[in-house]
Amino acid sequence: MAPVLDIASWVLLISGSFFVIVGGIGLLRLPDFYTRVHAASITDTVGAWLIILGLLLQVEHTLVGIKLIMILLFLILTSPLSSHALTKAAYYRETPMFRSGPDQTEDDR
Amino acid sequence: MFDMFGAAMAALLVCMVMTMIRAVKGPTVFDRILALNSFGTKTVLMIAVVNFLAGRPEFLDLALVYALMNFIGTIAVLKFTHFGHLAGIEDHESDEVS
Amino acid sequence: MILKKNPLQLAIGLFILLFILWLLSSGHYTTLIISFGVFSCALVVFLSWKMEIIDSEGVPIHLIGGAIRYVPWLIWQIILANIDVTKRVLQPKMDITPQLIEVETSQKTDLGRVIYANSITLTPGTVSIQVHEDRILVHAIAKEVAEELQKGEMDRRVTRMEGLS
Repeated sequence: MAPVLDIASWVLLISGSFFVIVGGIGLLRLPDFYTRVHAASITDTVGAWLIILGLLLQVEHTLVGIKLIMILLFLILTSPLSSHALTKAAYYRETPMFRSGPDQTEDDR
Repeated sequence: MFDMFGAAMAALLVCMVMTMIRAVKGPTVFDRILALNSFGTKTVLMIAVVNFLAGRPEFLDLALVYALMNFIGTIAVLKFTHFGHLAGIEDHESDEVS
Repeated sequence: MILKKNPLQLAIGLFILLFILWLLSSGHYTTLIISFGVFSCALVVFLSWKMEIIDSEGVPIHLIGGAIRYVPWLIWQIILANIDVTKRVLQPKMDITPQLIEVETSQKTDLGRVIYANSITLTPGTVSIQVHEDRILVHAIAKEVAEELQKGEMDRRVTRMEGLS
């Protein structure tokens, strides 16, 4: 395998892993449910994309590559839907929301 | 040799542990569902990495199915927490808070 | 609906898309297996026909042209937003000012609004909570992110993509 591809793969996989871990740290550190959704969406978008791109460069058989691209597409299509459904459900259940500093706006529901 | 798939795998495992901590701690039920959903996404990625680590292309089919199941599962659990059942919503309009 | 397409055309388009998907994920190309594929794609198209979900909303092939111009921009925005949220999360004292905002939408169809709301959710830092008429309630992680969204650049681009059909 060409060393250039290997290096590109390394870079993509490592940066993907970095974003995945940032998502995990965010999931633990952030103060309330709504902000944690943002952290989870880091993992779902760039983390997943970079890892799959990194794997894509190591593909030897075309069908394997196509399946990876299909996984990528499914992740792109489903991740916003599930985070939207989650936040909407949490909003209707009046999950407490973290607000920093003085309260700027009332909950305009 | 310390290879790149091993590194990605390690990062994913570390992150899965963090997600699990959130799922156990999570003050609200939605935190737990979010953690579950995020855990599922990482499982999909991990199956894809294992495919390369073990050199078995069948694993990608599993990842594909898991991605879809993860989505359906999240929606089903959410619907269950919201309505208390998985039947259609037409005849339970009164349950809707909106 | 801004455009009415012939349902038969859309059904054929759906069949072709499904069959391509089937060919790509199968990997076996013998007569028997391919005829199974044709049969199952035809069954799916038949069922969707009976369920009356074949319309320009269920089979949005007219958006492909616009999507080619919109998606790269969206991906770039998502990368920028990721870097921004990553910085906010990793700082020792997290620089977050979570808030709820409402944004106006200018799309003509429901499909366009769904695409806009999904793009907002896909971008880290903003999550759309609910779509009501032509307003979207959005939770933003910080004031700057909210202001950026309220400038309406993404809204304009989605509307343009919708109009390109």
